[in-house]
This record gives sequence, C-alpha cells and structure tokens, in this order.
Amino acid sequence: MSTAADMDVNMDVNMEARRILAVSISKLYASRAQRGGLRLHRSLLLSLVMRSARDIYHSSSRDSEPHSGPSPPEEPMDTTSSVEPERTVSEPQPTSPSAQAATEEPEAEYERGASGDKENLSPAKQSRKRRGKTSAAPDFLPSKRARLEPGEERYAACCRSGHPESLTSLSLNRVISAF
Amino acid sequence: YPISIINKINVCHSEVLSFVTADIISTVEFNHTGELLATGDKGGRVVIFQQEIENKNLPQFRSEYNVYSTFQSHEPEFDYLKSLEIEEKINKIRWLPQKNAAQFLLSTNDKTIKLWKISERDKRPEGYNLKEEDGRYKDPNSITALRVPVLIPMDLMVEASPRRVFSNAHTYHINSISVNSDNETYLSADDLRINLWNLEITDRSFNIVDIKPTNMEELTEVITAAEFHPLHCNTLVYSSSKGTIRLCDMRESALCDKHSKLFEEPEDPSNRSFFSEIISSISDVKFSHNGRYMMTRDYLSVKVWDLNMENRPVETYQVHEYLRSKLCSLYENDCIFDKFECCWNGNDSVVMTGSYNNFFRMFERSQRRDVTLEASRENSKPLQVLKPRKVCAGGKRKKDEISVDSLDFNKKILHTAWHPQENIIAVATTNNLYIFQDKVN
Repeated sequence: MSTAADMDVNMDVNMEARRILAVSISKLYASRAQRGGLRLHRSLLLSLVMRSARDIYHSSSRDSEPHSGPSPPEEPMDTTSSVEPERTVSEPQPTSPSAQAATEEPEAEYERGASGDKENLSPAKQSRKRRGKTSAAPDFLPSKRARLEPGEERYAACCRSGHPESLTSLSLNRVISAF
Repeated sequence: YPISIINKINVCHSEVLSFVTADIISTVEFNHTGELLATGDKGGRVVIFQQEIENKNLPQFRSEYNVYSTFQSHEPEFDYLKSLEIEEKINKIRWLPQKNAAQFLLSTNDKTIKLWKISERDKRPEGYNLKEEDGRYKDPNSITALRVPVLIPMDLMVEASPRRVFSNAHTYHINSISVNSDNETYLSADDLRINLWNLEITDRSFNIVDIKPTNMEELTEVITAAEFHPLHCNTLVYSSSKGTIRLCDMRESALCDKHSKLFEEPEDPSNRSFFSEIISSISDVKFSHNGRYMMTRDYLSVKVWDLNMENRPVETYQVHEYLRSKLCSLYENDCIFDKFECCWNGNDSVVMTGSYNNFFRMFERSQRRDVTLEASRENSKPLQVLKPRKVCAGGKRKKDEISVDSLDFNKKILHTAWHPQENIIAVATTNNLYIFQDKVN
C-alpha cells in the first residue's frame, strides 16, 4: 500500500528515469554523427543505462498507479529473438544503423505482436494514445518514425500502451544488433 | 624514515612541452630504457622526446626531454564499403626492446597498426666520382681520377620510416596493442576480438580471442584492454566492460575463448545505481614489472590484483570517490565515458593515474599513502616543488582545498607514464605534456 510520501518518491524516481532515458536517446542519436563511426563499447554502455532507466521507470510507474489493474506480462527485450531471422547479424554495419533500425522496427513489432501476446493486444492497448501526464512521452524525444509499408500496422512492442519506452526498448536492441 | 616518492615529489626540472591546440594527446609511452618518450595525438602524429642528462656528476642531476623526432604515423582514411571515416587518432604506442642501433615502435589507430623504425643519421657520404655534391651528374669525359667517397659528419638527422603495416584484421575499433616478451609476436585487441601477429608478417594474423556472440543482440560485454604478461610469453590478460579480467594461456588451445582465470570482484549492492555498469567498466589493465600483479582502472578506482587470487583485488585505491554522487551530471556531460589509464613505477611500489582538474594521483602501496598533484603551468616552474592538492568532498572547505563543484571537468589527465628506472613521470593534459622528476638530494 503506497502512501502519499511513497508516491512522491516514486514520482522523483520516475522523473529521474525519464530524464536519463531522454538524455540517453539523444546521445544515441548524436553518436551516429560521430567521426570514426559508431563505437560499440559506448553504444553498449548507453543501452545498459537506458535499460536500467526503463526498468526503473516501469516499476515506479507501476507503483504510482496502483489501480491500473493487473498488468500484462512485460516482454523481455534482450533475449534472442527467434522472430527476426531475416535480420542476420553480419559484419559491421552500415552507414546509419539507426535508420536501419527505424525501418526494421515495424517488421519486428509486427512479428512480436503476432507471435507473442495476441490476447493482450486488445484494440485499446494497441493505441499509442497518451494517457495522462505521467505516462506521456517527453516531448523532446525525436518524433521521426519509419515509413510503413502498405498493409503494415504499428503494434506496441510492449504491452503498456502510450509508453515512451517502447521507442527506447526497440532502440536498445537495434543499436547493438546493427553492429 | 626513508624518503619516498610520495613524500617528496620535488620537481627538479619541469618541462612543459606544449602542442598546437588542435592536437590532443592520446597516448604516452616511455621506451624500455626510459631514454625515449613517445606521444601520439589525435591528428595521427607521433612525437618522440629524448632524455638528455645534463651532468651526471652533479648531486641533483637534471634530465631534459627534448624533441627527437616527429612524424605523421596515420592519416584519416575512408572505408568506402561501410561509408565510415577512420580516425587517424593514435590510440596506443608500444616500443619494441632495442636490438640494434635503430629504435622500433608500434603505433595504432582504430584499424591499422604500423611498425616504425626510428634511426639516426649523423654522417653522409661525400666525394662521389660520377656526381657533383649537389647531385648533378658529371660529364664522364671530365673525370680523370678515381677516388673513394668518404663519410663526413653532419648534423644529426632522425628518420622515421614505416617498416610494416598491419591492416584489415579488425572489424571493430582497436583499443590495445601489446608486444610479447618473445619479441617476435604482438597482440592487437578490438571490442570483440584479439589477434596475434608476427612482427615480420603483415598479411596474416591469428585470432586468439573472440567474444562476439552469434546474435549481436545477446552482446553484454566488450573487450576494453589487453596485455601480454611481461615475462611469460604464453600468458595474456584482457579486461571487459563488465569489470572482469580474464587471463588466458595460449598453450591450452589455439583459441583462448576459455579463460584460465577470471578475476572479478562482486559488486557492492549498496552502491547500485543507473550507472553501476558504466563505472565498473575497466578502462586500462597493466601488469606489474615483476609480473606478479596486475592493475586495473575503472571510473572511480584503481585495483591491484594478485595473479593467484581471482575473487577480489588485493588493493583498492579510490581515485575520486567524491564523484560517486555526481554520476548523473557526469553522464550528461559525457565525462563518465572517459577512459583513464594507469601505470606502475619501475619497482612496482607506486601506482599512478589521472583525474579531473588536471589532477593526478599517486598511491604508494606498502605505506598506503597517496597524494594528489596538479599539472598546470602556474605550478610548474623549474625547480618548483609540487604542492599536494586536496579536494573537499563536503562540509566546510579548508583553505587551499578545492570543492568538488569547482573542479574543471574539461581538464582531464587520461594518460600518464612512469620512467622504467627513474623517478621521472610524464603526465599529459589535453594539449600539454608535463615531465616531472624527483629531486635527488
């Protein structure tokens, strides 16, 4: 049972996690323009921080919304994905891994949605509509989205709708696999 | 009690060698005798300094390091296949032990290692039969006598020539090179692989460590540094971004993926934060000269490990613990990614590493004493004794102390080197190289 004080602390942690997430994402994007190409070590460390921040953000959001109902199971983001055979991880990659990442997002999302959590992908959860202030994505997150192929739909990769970290969770894996 | 280097780092002669602003020093290395000091910079240049001892008979002899040779080691390149620019920045320089009159060193950027020969020329031939002194050919009919050309003294000229180029062996960015004690082979390490080379052979190298996962999404750690054991030619270590060190024995198998020893200290759960993983990443690993210990540097500390004990280091030195509460800001300004190096003194009794605000730290192992010193122009007049500095972590700031918030995080000392035999140290700030030495009294 959370008290008002607990809620405050949660809010602080939540804000901190969001801030770190936002800083990390901008660093990730900035590193694309770095001379010498993407640095694997740096990208790995950035993704680790983002993951921690996302997990904290998750758990503190969950704690601060005690009445949101039973939450659907969160998908593990960093296991081997058996649904992406076409993205062979071959040798050092190209020009703009993030661009590549962006185009791959829809495919992976689609597949994940299809194979994993059908029962959780109710129409309401598919929507990316923002629900209230605490779950709104920071507005300085880059808004670029990949072009969808005709017939493709966007699915929330994570079952929490409207969460900014669905963008980040995808970035985590794509960044590393792009090497 | 005996005067130790910590007690009195008396600057006998401080030499400040400054470079043009554009050239950030990226590596510093003494050769095996300490007579030569090489620096590499971001522009791909190597500058070598030579020690000149003024007068050995004086009770306090002064050594000067003067420019000996300068050459362009690496140029920027473009990888057309990947549309990537390859930086010319020199990541590491390692000297080969001297075998003849010439000196040899290995220098590397992100992708290519080069073996350079540095040789002296102080004589030139004169008195050719067929040529004039300026090189023009003589009219053969004008030659009436035959003579033997003689070698006459000339001003010393130091020439650097690339003898070998080792390229196309690294997919990822090279972070380390290390010459084997057998003087025939050396290793080069990138984020995921370590290759073994023969110094004579450039078109082939053997891969001895490969930690690349089949699925890159499973990647959890990268190689951050690697070094050969100074005495045992079969032994090497490599450190990881997870704070572990693996010791490998090349006699066990051709591919050293399975380590012989794994050095790891369990994390203190009370220190856990968003940035725990970043600060546990090891930025440098160095064997002691006697080969019994190794030292690792992570963001906040220096650890000394006994090669016989894997579960924890034998000594841990806090470099700048006061930064632990500032990790978030250091993450935002990118300083948390800084890769500090560390070094041993000649007899392995003292270890040294850099910090911010142009501070560097020395830890004397047996006495457990440490000192913080500053490399700056104001403090570095010749014959001036360096004054110990102190950072005030909290509470009331004493006179002469510096508060954490006043530290200049743009002034960082990442590269330091210690003369293998004498108490002479080279400390690199962003654009300047400082050389300090102990006053022999």
